[in-house]
Amino acid sequence: MFSFSTIKDYHIALSNGHTNCVTAVSFYIKQIEVNSHLNAFLEVYKEEALERAAFLDLFYQKNNALSGKLHGVVVALKDVICYKGHKVSASSRILENYTSIYNATVVDRLLQEGAIIIGRNNCDEFAMGSSNENSAFGSVLNAADNARVPGGSSGGSAVSVQADLCMLSLGSDTGGSVRQPADFCGIIGMKPGYGKISRYGLIAYASSFDQIGIFAKAIEDVAVTLQVIAGEDEFDSTVSTIPLPDYPDALNSNGKKYRIAYFRQALDHPGLDGEIATVIKEYIELLREQGHVVEPVEFDLLDYVVPAYYILTTAEASSNLSRFDGIKYGYAAKDDFDDLTDFYKQSRSAGFGAEVKRRIMLGTFVLSAGYYDAYFTKAQKVRRILFDKTQEIFKSYNAIISPTVPSPAFRIGEKSSDPIEMFLADIFTVFANLTGIPAISVPLFKHSNGMPFGLQAMTAFEDEATLLALSKELIAINNHL
Amino acid sequence: MSILSNKYEAVIGLEVHAQLATKSKLFCGDSIAFGAEPNTHVSPITLGHPGTLPKTNKKAVEYAIMMGIACHCEIEKDNFFARKNYFYPDLPKGYQVSQHTTPICKGGHIAIKTDGVARSVQLNRIHLEEDAGKSIHDIDDDYTCVDYNRAGTPLIEIVTEPDLFSAEEAYQYLTEVRRLVRWIGVCDGNMEEGSLRCDANVSVRLKGETKLGTKVEVKNLNSIRNVKTAIEHEIDRMTHMLENGETIIQQTRSFDAGSNTTFAIRDKEEANDYRYFAEPDLPPFHLQQSFIDSIKQALPALPAALMGKYEHEFGLSEYDAAQLCQEKEIAEYYAAVTAHTNHYKAAANWINGPVKHYLNEHKIHISSFVLKPAQIADLLLLVEEGKVNFSVASVKLLHAMIAEHHKTALQLATALNLLQVSDANELETWVSTALERMPDKVKEYRKGKKGLIGLFVGEVKKLSKGKADPKVVTSLLEEKLNGAD
Repeated sequence: MFSFSTIKDYHIALSNGHTNCVTAVSFYIKQIEVNSHLNAFLEVYKEEALERAAFLDLFYQKNNALSGKLHGVVVALKDVICYKGHKVSASSRILENYTSIYNATVVDRLLQEGAIIIGRNNCDEFAMGSSNENSAFGSVLNAADNARVPGGSSGGSAVSVQADLCMLSLGSDTGGSVRQPADFCGIIGMKPGYGKISRYGLIAYASSFDQIGIFAKAIEDVAVTLQVIAGEDEFDSTVSTIPLPDYPDALNSNGKKYRIAYFRQALDHPGLDGEIATVIKEYIELLREQGHVVEPVEFDLLDYVVPAYYILTTAEASSNLSRFDGIKYGYAAKDDFDDLTDFYKQSRSAGFGAEVKRRIMLGTFVLSAGYYDAYFTKAQKVRRILFDKTQEIFKSYNAIISPTVPSPAFRIGEKSSDPIEMFLADIFTVFANLTGIPAISVPLFKHSNGMPFGLQAMTAFEDEATLLALSKELIAINNHL
Repeated sequence: MSILSNKYEAVIGLEVHAQLATKSKLFCGDSIAFGAEPNTHVSPITLGHPGTLPKTNKKAVEYAIMMGIACHCEIEKDNFFARKNYFYPDLPKGYQVSQHTTPICKGGHIAIKTDGVARSVQLNRIHLEEDAGKSIHDIDDDYTCVDYNRAGTPLIEIVTEPDLFSAEEAYQYLTEVRRLVRWIGVCDGNMEEGSLRCDANVSVRLKGETKLGTKVEVKNLNSIRNVKTAIEHEIDRMTHMLENGETIIQQTRSFDAGSNTTFAIRDKEEANDYRYFAEPDLPPFHLQQSFIDSIKQALPALPAALMGKYEHEFGLSEYDAAQLCQEKEIAEYYAAVTAHTNHYKAAANWINGPVKHYLNEHKIHISSFVLKPAQIADLLLLVEEGKVNFSVASVKLLHAMIAEHHKTALQLATALNLLQVSDANELETWVSTALERMPDKVKEYRKGKKGLIGLFVGEVKKLSKGKADPKVVTSLLEEKLNGAD
């Protein structure tokens, strides 16, 4: 029976001959079949993954060495990451039969280091949603409780790791789409700082917010994967050109004492589940007992973050999604249209789902002449203020912590009729995307309703190393309980 | 019309799009070569495939700055691109990446001359943007076809203030823009292939009125001549409308080159809201002063500066200087010739005369002319030194040199027996023979008809087959005719 704990252990097992890549892939294919009701995958590259596994096993036999840092690591991709020759639909009808003609930079880098891509994960359509109920191809179920949502938008990717359908997965995080499902599924979800990982080949939702993120169960695996996929890319000029530190090595900063801030208004927020508030306050005490400094900071802008986020992201989305017009690729209206405008209307009306249309309309509205300054310009100002505020905080602290989500995973259908309530679930996560800082959700807690939930940590821009080291510490402290 | 043109005045603004002569597109590595098979220069980025991102072509930024410097613009150091959102099949992403809020070049001016009067046309801006693909409506009965090869080609848009006041000024302005872009090498300036495109905003108002009249935008102008004709037509049309008490409505009109008229294609921009916002896929870019300075330094001497030099330092006439500076390669050729000789005026005459004549006749560009500037210098020196006469040199010898360009002018002149004879004995014989043939004319000359000297010189030339040095011949003739006989 195959079992997986960390990449490092897996690689040791490979070199001891205790297992091989084909065994690993076979195991995961079986797992995916057994758990097909979770609807985490839109497509499984069964034959291809087995072939690649066999190739990698042969490589090891011949060379007595691993082909790369991710040799034989079985990875799943959110259905917004382009993989040449494979379908990528953004869980949307409009791209249902679209095949990517190039590789995303992250895909190139994963493959270069020996990873095996096993399939593409279901998600909210165009990464818009917090519950995975917005997929054109059905909801994804939370493996901890099938009546509950896995979170979104990278729900399928989170569940794939949660239910051992792969070793790790990549999602995308525009306002919490990696951290929130990680929280709901009881795994680690990391969103590096904006521009740390190339977005080339990531289907855009909101370009100045989008960032590819990593789901895994072990923080060591997050560090290794980040090392592989992050860094300068000639195809994405928004990627930081600062050389990467050694992330796995950063985890060895044992014994460091941190100065940690939390937003008083966040823990006192009326929308926050009482039990979560209590557990986190207790955990803060625990951190203090361990010698860390944890202090409240005032943050009176909390109520502005969600509106600012939705104005700015929908504005960008309304433009980003214009290319899906039925002309060059993707769903196109058949011959019964009157003129070009009618063709666009029919193609886009039938191709996009309700939430995507809602956001395109909202974004178009906030950019319209006459409303531009009242919404878009104002939201940009909020973003600027938040950025300055963040800079200020990181002058005195190493990190900011908060709940990842105000409540644990809710039931399927529970919030889908109320978009505003759904939007408010993002209150703690959107901050990191508005300011571009790295953030992570670490699985620390269990709710009395049986569902897991996590703690969010954020560090200064470009300081993923501290975030990883702190996460390791946060998990270690919890394990002492 | 002349009465009306005293009563009304036209105000014109031009928007010129120039395709930059870079190797690749503004935001990806696809080639921008003209004339390729449709849809062959189309990477996933050009086609706007999901997940693709733009990457700015530095050369295009450099070219825009070059044009800005050539037009005396202020170069903006903090730049960003914006998205102009609209749907059209030839716009792959559903938005055009352009510079909306911060054009890279602000203000500036371009000097023109109409009817001998020089003035500066004020520019509003020069900004960078990407071109759209090309919709082709006439190759299929049922469908419009789209060629995306052009999509993403870097453009600069050169926008004037409403600071042109006649069709002729517009003509001169465009001619100057074309010369400038070619001169500094940022665009091939070819209007027929669409690398240079012009839209004209025309309005007419009563003279003395300070408010602008309602403007009409004229499109589809694919030659400088057409721009002039279209503007003339518009001024005429609008003037008559005003005179008849009609109201001009804001329109976009298209020029019909067949009838030399314009027709309305749409009334007043249908309140298009382009929802501009900063392109989030491209970080803002800051230009260092040192970078701008280095571009300035690398810029070739501009036509105005060269003309000044040729007039004031070389003593050429304004006309000759202007003729030499119509095209940079000609001006450079001239400069190269003058590096070998200080017969500046003669060099100008040679290039503006026989050289250009030869090139035009054989449809050869100066850049592929076989004769090196030093060879032209040698040639003109033979004439200046009286060894070969100009008319012989400019036809026979020039062609001989082109045919056998590895030989020197002197070698060929000798071989072809074209060297002028100034040896007195040989000349003496021809002079005597000429005078003997025309005794009557000699008498007339001696009676005072001194103008006949030309006739005698001509006769000697004929006898010598052009080899006789006319200066020496003249003095010999005079000596003989005026002397005692």
